[in-house]
Amino acid sequence: MRIELQINGEAHEADVWEGESLLFALREQLGFPGSKNACEQGECGSCSVLLDGTLVCSCLVLAAQAEGHEVVTVEGLADDGRLHKVQEAFVAAGAVQCGFCTPGLVVAAADLLKRNVYPSDDDIREALSGNLCRCTGYAKIFDAVRMAAAAL
Amino acid sequence: MDVLTPRSLEEALRLKAERPDAVPIQGGTDVMVELNFDRARPAVLLNLNEVAELRGWSQADGKVWLGAGLTYSEAMEPKLAEALPALAEASRTVGGPQIRNRGTIGGNLGTASPAGDALPPLLVCGAEVKLASVLGERVVSLEEFLVGPKRNVLAEDELILGVTVDTGDESRQTFMKVGPRNAMVIAVVSLAVRVDGDLRAAFGSAGPVSKLVRAELADADSFPQRVAEAASPIDDVRGTASYRRHALRILTKRALDRCLV
Ligand SMILES: Cc1cc2nc3c(=O)[nH]c(=O)nc-3n(C[C@H](O)[C@H](O)[C@H](O)COP(=O)(O)OP(=O)(O)OC[C@H]3O[C@@H](n4cnc5c(N)ncnc54)[C@H](O)[C@@H]3O)c2cc1C
Ligand code: FES
Ligand code: FES
Repeated sequence: MRIELQINGEAHEADVWEGESLLFALREQLGFPGSKNACEQGECGSCSVLLDGTLVCSCLVLAAQAEGHEVVTVEGLADDGRLHKVQEAFVAAGAVQCGFCTPGLVVAAADLLKRNVYPSDDDIREALSGNLCRCTGYAKIFDAVRMAAAAL
Repeated sequence: MDVLTPRSLEEALRLKAERPDAVPIQGGTDVMVELNFDRARPAVLLNLNEVAELRGWSQADGKVWLGAGLTYSEAMEPKLAEALPALAEASRTVGGPQIRNRGTIGGNLGTASPAGDALPPLLVCGAEVKLASVLGERVVSLEEFLVGPKRNVLAEDELILGVTVDTGDESRQTFMKVGPRNAMVIAVVSLAVRVDGDLRAAFGSAGPVSKLVRAELADADSFPQRVAEAASPIDDVRGTASYRRHALRILTKRALDRCLV
């Protein structure tokens, strides 16, 4: 079936299989491989995107459900070639090891800072609780989010 | 496979009557896992996301209406959390933010898992489930609605519209969940307690269905034991039956300490 949707502010369309996830459509048909596929069951958060401004796991959204809606992926966070504050902070803090979890964490952290510019450590922990990282032990990721919050 | 996306409740009910094999999908947090892992290949999916009538909640005369499409994140917002504190506490324990932003009360009822976290708080608030088909609407109590593990009384041409719950007069409520960590756990055992005119407790993951237990206020001392005895837990990978029964007794005691002040 054919779906039309907005991705990072631009109109896109794709032919998708009816049972396919938004994650699969983004990566395999629409040319947005930034969102990662790890578990396909909502456990890891590496596929996080904003759907109409709400943080969701794109592996748990049916591609057909995104028809007519707005999706922002990690590729859409940078503005005019300038990285998002969260992305800059992840680089500066060294919050990336293998990097597989990074796009999802960046999207989740950007979503937190959009709603809460002075997050406490508990707020950060809660906001990132749906994202798993198997490398960093999270300390540098927390540093990066605190750094980004201070820079905003 | 087909995907049908009705734009109104009327259209949704008509499509469900025409295609009773259609599997409704709201937040997709249960349905998509089945699809992604090839555990289900329904011939038709009925996407309910565009049906505005299933969204939102409202309050009147001590009753609260929760649309089937109400998300856990919405149930945690201050106004609703004030009316239904146990449901808000339970919602906070569901998955991570991404899951709470998509997962819904209607989906939890549809799945009818013995571990469904919305079910105990709804049971202690006397939840009545409203179902509809093209032939009309019917209302069943949540206790009647849940008939077994992952089984409910929904007929194949019906959809869940939502639930009505009573908020009670100054009722004190709480929810507790035992699991190996804070975020993203399936309950080893869960419990909702409400105290106003009487004592009510409902548990999850401690029997084939979530179950409600009631007692007089005067019987508070024996209530923890009664709740534990009402459970019929099993041994599984998450815990043993005897641990679950023990935990229920302790949780009920703690919940009463919180609510009976
Ligand atoms: C990572 C993860 C963590 C989770 N953690 C928890 C947890 O802690 N506690 C918990 O209870 N659950 C948890 N779940 C399960 C799930 O999120 C909940 O059961 C949720 O309430 C399902 O809602 P949904 O809208 O996503 O349902 P969907 O997946 O859209 O649907 C679920 C079922 O309900 C049916 N259905 C949905 N809406 C209707 C309707 N209006 N009428 C008729 N049938 C309908 C569907 O056909 C399907 O059978 C988790 C899931 C994931 C992926
Ligand atoms: S791939 Fe979506 S949560 Fe893991
Ligand atoms: S950096 Fe490897 S999983 Fe997070």
